[in-house]
Amino acid sequence: MYLEELSPIPGVSGDEREVRKYIRECLPRKGVKVENDTMGNLLVQKRGKSSRKNAPHIMLAAHMDEVGFMISSIEKSGHLRFKKVGGLDDRVLVAKSVLVGKERVPGVIGSKAVHLQRKEERQKPYEVKNLFIDIGAKSKEDAEKLVKIGDYVSFKSSFTSVGEDCYMGKAFDDRVGCSILLELLKQKNMPSFTAAFTVQEEVGFRGARTAAYTLQPDIAIVLEGTAASDVPEAKDHEHATTLGCGPALTVMDQSVIADRELLTNLVNLAERENIPYQFRRFTGGFTDGGAIALAGEGTRTAVISVPCRYIHSPFSILQQSDYYHTLKLVQAFLENNSG
Amino acid sequence: MKELMKKITETYGPSGLENEIRKVIYEEIKDYVDEAYTDKLGNLVALRKGKAPHLMLAAHMDEIGLVVTHVDDNGFLRISNVGGVAFSQLVGQRFVFENGTVGTIYHEKIKSFKELEWSKLYMDIGAINKDDAIKRVNIGDVAVPHQPFLEQGQRLMSKAMDNRAGCAVLIELIKRLYGSKLPQEISFVFTIQEEVGLRGARSAAYALSPQYAIAVDVTRVGDMPEAPRMDVSLGKGPAIKVMDSSVISHPQVRQNLIEIASQNGIEYQLEVLERGGTDAGAIHISREGVPSGVVSIPCRYVHTPSEMIDSNDLDNTVNLMEKVCLSPTWN
Amino acid sequence: MEIKDVLQKLSEARGVAGHENEAAELAASLFQPYVDKIKRDNLGNLVAYKKGALRSRRRPSIFLAAHLDEIGLIVTEVNENGFIRFSTIGGFDPRTLWGQAVMVHGRRDLPGVIGPKSPHLVSQEEAGKELRIEDMHIDVALSKEKAEELVRVGDTVSIHRDFMEMKNSACVTGKALDDRAGIACLIQTARQLQRMVHDFDVYFVGTVQEEVGTRGAITSTYSIMPDIGVAVDVCHGNMPGVTEEDSSELGKGPAISVGPNIHPVLGDKLKEVAKQHRISYDIEAEPGVTPTDARAIQVTREGVPCALVSIPVRYMHTSVEVIHTEDLNLAGQLLAYFIADINHEFLQEVKDYD
Repeated sequence: MYLEELSPIPGVSGDEREVRKYIRECLPRKGVKVENDTMGNLLVQKRGKSSRKNAPHIMLAAHMDEVGFMISSIEKSGHLRFKKVGGLDDRVLVAKSVLVGKERVPGVIGSKAVHLQRKEERQKPYEVKNLFIDIGAKSKEDAEKLVKIGDYVSFKSSFTSVGEDCYMGKAFDDRVGCSILLELLKQKNMPSFTAAFTVQEEVGFRGARTAAYTLQPDIAIVLEGTAASDVPEAKDHEHATTLGCGPALTVMDQSVIADRELLTNLVNLAERENIPYQFRRFTGGFTDGGAIALAGEGTRTAVISVPCRYIHSPFSILQQSDYYHTLKLVQAFLENNSG
Repeated sequence: MKELMKKITETYGPSGLENEIRKVIYEEIKDYVDEAYTDKLGNLVALRKGKAPHLMLAAHMDEIGLVVTHVDDNGFLRISNVGGVAFSQLVGQRFVFENGTVGTIYHEKIKSFKELEWSKLYMDIGAINKDDAIKRVNIGDVAVPHQPFLEQGQRLMSKAMDNRAGCAVLIELIKRLYGSKLPQEISFVFTIQEEVGLRGARSAAYALSPQYAIAVDVTRVGDMPEAPRMDVSLGKGPAIKVMDSSVISHPQVRQNLIEIASQNGIEYQLEVLERGGTDAGAIHISREGVPSGVVSIPCRYVHTPSEMIDSNDLDNTVNLMEKVCLSPTWN
Repeated sequence: MEIKDVLQKLSEARGVAGHENEAAELAASLFQPYVDKIKRDNLGNLVAYKKGALRSRRRPSIFLAAHLDEIGLIVTEVNENGFIRFSTIGGFDPRTLWGQAVMVHGRRDLPGVIGPKSPHLVSQEEAGKELRIEDMHIDVALSKEKAEELVRVGDTVSIHRDFMEMKNSACVTGKALDDRAGIACLIQTARQLQRMVHDFDVYFVGTVQEEVGTRGAITSTYSIMPDIGVAVDVCHGNMPGVTEEDSSELGKGPAISVGPNIHPVLGDKLKEVAKQHRISYDIEAEPGVTPTDARAIQVTREGVPCALVSIPVRYMHTSVEVIHTEDLNLAGQLLAYFIADINHEFLQEVKDYD
């Protein structure tokens, strides 16, 4: 399962280099055609077992980038000011450990010790403009030896097994999609399809735009890690998706309405193959589907997600069975739609 | 044209589920054009073939609605919006699904309407429990307002005037132009998913690659008591759009429309819409750019179940568009 | 003509988004002596083309974009007393309009003012209230009949401000420096390139409708599909109350942006060229999509590697924008040296970046 190695790799939107490198190295040696485009998307065409002449061109997409930060200025004291890359709740940032720049300089997002705070101060949530990263530098000159303005910053989180059958780590949105896509590429006896490992999804599904334009597929399935909020603070109908209930099928989000025929196709397939599935009971958020559906003359698009708790924070949690069921469903879809 | 209006406003067709309305429109127009087909994403494209330039006319078929996101153990449904649905027109209103099931909307306990959010609203279809509910409705199903079309004097009232009125204009136009020789090629595109971001128009324009485009849609008016300021009124003729949030009409196209209206004695209004967009917004930035304009049908209470237009405005919009199609100025 | 004079003409020209003709024609005449071909495209973008020196069937091309349009107002109603109600085209802080002189482009140009209420008549309570566009009006001092004859719904209104040079400094002030300063910079670059040899074909593009959604950049990039794109716009200049991370100091050169909207090889090359030619610059960290034409250029068709160079401007989107002309000069030079420097090998480096 590639997720274990993919998850810890720093790869904030605009800085997907290392993730791309890892994926390239994992690709099969034969039976694939690999190219980069100028935005950094990795497009992999898999030549599978012979399929019928007019089989649709299927594109599977997963994004390599994660949310993170960027250094915006350096204080005289050597503390670093930063801005968010992608959507993050300011309140999740404080007291976290990070890695800065190409050299992966370790740092922490510090805050004033509670002992030193007045009551009113403690009641207000932190805002990013009041936070800073400490890399242990004595001064601005000292800091500039290691980092510079524009450096990307990612959370430093390791990947671990938790509970009975769950995993915990960062960037499950969407390293989980990348992991599934890699597994599909490595499998033998598969039909042909194109895998697009996209960039910059978190800042407005930017990479998917050029990838979709280049590929102009007939059908596209976007593989995501989506929000599961099956936690005590949320009411039943606010869960969006539930861990352990299988891959979540999107009906609609703010960027795309899933093609109804594809959706029905997936539901029938899941029922036939006894794969548990659920609907994503939430219409918020956006994905690469938004760009892919509208590229060129248009593409029929669906989105399948692995439910993950706490996305867009340093540690997400997912359930193994959901991962494998998602993989199984997509595989069944490919076999069913091409031969 | 009133029978046509009744038929198409009452047909089901929210964004993403336009199959029914597309079928109805297809039946209306198929014998009056050279070719009619459904494109990759579901737009209905009707062509009157001819020589260059290619003029693309667009009217969206989709309407706003409510999508079911959850069915609870007691058979209540949780919902979210498809397109711009305001809370103010939900409570106590009836909505109908494709299969005819009707539900009404209500809310959890709140102190004032300011507290309303989607998570506090629900729909009741009269189910006894979850099993009973899912026999009729499921997650992903979409409901539209349940209101009949009404004619009262010269005013017409219905849900989905936005933009079945525009569709009716194009349908009537297609019929009127049948048999006439046209100075250039024209495509009449009934687009999908306009209400969720002008989506159908974007791919339709890319595929057709027109030289000019005109969208026909409804627009707000300011002639109601203490209405937000808007210098367009019911009964004063079609509005020629200058600008909205999605497009600034190409000055030449706007000028052409004004001249054609003036020369043919058709009363028109000029429209500046401060918030709102139309298919022209997606079409004009397609490929190398398409000089575009919009002709609007004035409409009160847009995005409520009782949108109201003036039947004379509707007729005059068709009249204007007929002259526009027959005009050689697009060369 | 000195760059200050070029900038003055450009600043005073009218070109509200969607109605850029006057500014476009002026810019065309200013580019004319330095380029080979000039045209306007479907949406009105100005494209000035200068051929490169490389002898090849397919010369690589670079596209420099600065937007021609400025923010402005649009007439929404001529009321019963001849006063004009309006809305905005592009982003305005309503508080900066109170008392502003304007030009209404009706059947003929009509000067007017957005009339504020005299302080004598403002109650204590009112004085603290928010100013809203819908409560303002333009006074052109005409009767209802005359106003209706000359002005219609949909007519545009531009902000009226005379360009001014400031004393003892190289600073200037005027309206629409966002982004006429960018256009002036491109003209400067075109001038410099006259004396330089460059392999690449250069497209100097005055884009339209940037202020309402980078619309001109979307279609002009689609038509031309250059190998490299550089947007030239303005960024926030230093002033009290704005932090260092959000602004650039005036007079210290242009800002070069870095971030996901910028191709890293292009960003690095611009820094390298600046250092080489002792052009001072600032780095602007942009963590997301930039609010400039670069946002459209990067994702057109299969993608265009792009960069963003900005001229610091104080009081953006008001009629008293201030820039330091040296920043404009340096930006122009930077781009000229950059263009003269790049060749096929460099383009390959951009394409090979992984």
